[in-house]
Amino acid sequence: MAELSTAAPSAAATTAADGSRIPTVIVDDVHIVYRVHKGATAGTNSPVAALRRLLIGAKPPTVREVHAVKGVSFTAYRGEAIGLLGSNGSGKSTLLRAIAGLLPVNQGAIYTQGQPSLLGVNAALMNDLSGERNVVLGCLAMGMSPAQVRRLAPEIIKFSGINDRGDFSSLPMRTYSSGMAARLRFSIAAAKKHDVLLIDEALATGDARFRRRSEQRVRELRAEAGTVFLVSHAIASIRDTCERSIWLESGVIRADGPTDEVVAEYEKYMNRS
Amino acid sequence: MATTAVADPDSGLTGAQLAARYGLTSAGARPSLPSYVRQLWSYRHFISAYANAKLVASFSNARLGRLWQVLTPLTNAAVYYLIFGVVLGTRGDIDNFIAYLCTGLFVFTFTQSVVSGGVQAISGNLGLIRALHFPRACLPIAVTLTQFQHLLASIVVLAGIVLVDGEPLTVEWLLVLPAILLQAVFNAGIAMALARLGSKATDLKQVVPFVMRTWMYASGVLYSVQYFEKHLPDWAAQLAHLNPLLVYIELMRHAVMESAPVTASMGQSWLLGLGWAVLAGVGGFVYFWHGEKEYGRG
Repeated sequence: MAELSTAAPSAAATTAADGSRIPTVIVDDVHIVYRVHKGATAGTNSPVAALRRLLIGAKPPTVREVHAVKGVSFTAYRGEAIGLLGSNGSGKSTLLRAIAGLLPVNQGAIYTQGQPSLLGVNAALMNDLSGERNVVLGCLAMGMSPAQVRRLAPEIIKFSGINDRGDFSSLPMRTYSSGMAARLRFSIAAAKKHDVLLIDEALATGDARFRRRSEQRVRELRAEAGTVFLVSHAIASIRDTCERSIWLESGVIRADGPTDEVVAEYEKYMNRS
Repeated sequence: MATTAVADPDSGLTGAQLAARYGLTSAGARPSLPSYVRQLWSYRHFISAYANAKLVASFSNARLGRLWQVLTPLTNAAVYYLIFGVVLGTRGDIDNFIAYLCTGLFVFTFTQSVVSGGVQAISGNLGLIRALHFPRACLPIAVTLTQFQHLLASIVVLAGIVLVDGEPLTVEWLLVLPAILLQAVFNAGIAMALARLGSKATDLKQVVPFVMRTWMYASGVLYSVQYFEKHLPDWAAQLAHLNPLLVYIELMRHAVMESAPVTASMGQSWLLGLGWAVLAGVGGFVYFWHGEKEYGRG
């Protein structure tokens, strides 16, 4: 396994006065363990079995610990866009949540500049409410003032394009297609200037036109000297937006370096198995 | 594997040293108590918007919509009146049983729904918690605020019932406001404490209905707690008078009813009400803040 652990040279990186690059995210030997409630499984969840566990003090088998991230370390710098690669269940989303401070780490530490924002497909807004109300709620939840929200809300709805085919913004979100909902979520999160923006497959469900628009927005956010992390299974979109990539497999970093090299490694691995 | 002790190849510093040098902060660290309060205050618009959204969403699938906000307490009162007022006749020597019953019922329902909502405030919103960053205390507080709005609708219904039932409209009705505010603070504290407990112990949700039913029978909602004195030892009957819900119910009864059959002096009730509000409010908040880092693990 080739090691590509030296960080990629980045021409766009903003540097400090002494010429060194300014780190925005430091992930230092991080371990994350999930507790998952498996739900009812035949045999183990009967009342008798539950009572027996209670008496002998055993752990319920319906709760399982998943060691999702196992000792990951890297440093991200200002102005970088970093792609996260890896097969399903390799710990990418978990790692992003931890960087965003939404999921506590079990061991190690994560240091960030400002408050990173995660933008994911399961950024749960309220499905029973209209798109407009969700925009207001989402913006307030990101810490905007009501005045800012009033000013930005029409722009957000326009950017999301959900009103392109009739007035959808006043309909409940449960009536939206998955692509429309994802577009609205991306638009809400992209409305704010972020020091560190973490994008979790959020661009995958949009159509080609929206993808172009959102990739443009990601570039703008980067230009504002932030750091962008992008999780995607669409290799092309990582190639387009990121010059550095990290390949995660089973919770461990397999490669970290320039996108071209890492993607080549990753594709070789995926095609082999 | 590609893990090295040196976080930055440029300077050769470790992660913690590099973080300190550039002023980076630990992700998801728990803020200090004063800064947590400030954060919460800056999210007040989110809390009220979220509470309103929950209120609207809870009726969005019903054809009668928000009319249920009024219909639910009315129907509730009708059922209990039928059973306890007409069939069983527990009215005993209470003059104005309908007013007595409805006051108790509506005040109790406020706490009851905050408790059942509070237990799930964290565990039922994991999607939101794992997606967005905000002080988590927003959620149990929003639960309290949503239920407070239900209470306000109930109080309008209550005022109607009590007036129709022949109680006069007096200046003492103004005491309703401080009474429900004290109860709201008490409830918010309980909601925060239970939200933290419920985020760890998922079985709590199943136990809550039984606890609340017991609490209801102990709070003199349907009958006077004077019954207790006949059957309980003296110390237990005295203890029953400290019950916060009994205190809030009696404060309310005293406010809206002319000759309210209360069991304790009003001065004592106001002091107890205030004490419980401060104790639960501050205690619940501090307890919730202590776990701030842990929410979201699931």
